[in-house]
Amino acid sequence: MTSVFGADGKNIPCTVIEAGPCVVTQIKNQDVDGYDAIQLAFDDKKEKHTSNALLGHFKKANTTPKRKVVEFKDWEHQYSLGDTVTVDIFNDEDKWVDVTGISKGKGFQGVVKRHGFGGVGGQTHGQHNRLRAPGSMGASSYPSRVFKGKRLAGRTGGDQVKIVNLRILKVLPENNLILVKGSIPGAKGSYLIIEK
Amino acid sequence: MDLIKVAEQAFVVETPMFPEFKSGDTITVRYKIKEGNKERIQNFRGVVIQRKGSGITETFTVRKISGGIGVERIFPLNSPFIDGIELNKAGKVRRARIFYLRNLTGKKARIKEKKMKFDTNNQKK
Repeated sequence: MTSVFGADGKNIPCTVIEAGPCVVTQIKNQDVDGYDAIQLAFDDKKEKHTSNALLGHFKKANTTPKRKVVEFKDWEHQYSLGDTVTVDIFNDEDKWVDVTGISKGKGFQGVVKRHGFGGVGGQTHGQHNRLRAPGSMGASSYPSRVFKGKRLAGRTGGDQVKIVNLRILKVLPENNLILVKGSIPGAKGSYLIIEK
Repeated sequence: MDLIKVAEQAFVVETPMFPEFKSGDTITVRYKIKEGNKERIQNFRGVVIQRKGSGITETFTVRKISGGIGVERIFPLNSPFIDGIELNKAGKVRRARIFYLRNLTGKKARIKEKKMKFDTNNQKK
């Protein structure tokens, strides 16, 4: 993340995303696959790190092996196998994008961080060590058990998160960069899916 | 990291040249303030206690004593609202961040002045 100064002089927090160029590696259609979609691949990797099955798949599209392969539905344009999709498809006119990524793993976390519980509320009146505890959960004689799906402590983060309607600040086609306002899920250098 | 700099470059606008300053220096910041449609310039004079960050996000903190109360203000160096910066005194300090100044008042809060030639023309930013 970084920040830039907008036209009115305000400091806008933003994230720089390297988007593409992606290669079309498969075109799925109604007859063969039962649905229409385009498969895009991004980020080169070495042939020795690629399985033979994938190597053949990439060879069909006449491209080098890629690290990340993702399918997209509902395209405006027609693409053929081996075409390159660049950041040009986003322009400043479409102002908003949705960004999907895998959020940063936080490890085993309590309910306050994981689910936004309020904690006990005070530090005094005999609280001692219960400041961030989840509180009562099984009630009394009825139901006398904990309901399934009760939100408790556990592994946090590392989930797929989609942020909708992020504003595009600028598209830099020569460097394949997009600047969006605000933060996006995931660690630095992780993969993202950007949709209009 | 490199690509972030590329992206920042796309937003760099021509800012007025400021004199070089570091912590310990006394400077006056001319800051544009918008009130409705009118724009006026406010001066903030004080000691620079730190410079932080790099590139387009660099900021500096200026501390002054106003009415017996210490006031600190953080300015983004590349903010378009900064009309100009004037170097009043060059101070001699041993630290890059002189937060100890916050605990000192009166005569103890003085900073030794470094003798320097004042270049009236603003130098490199």
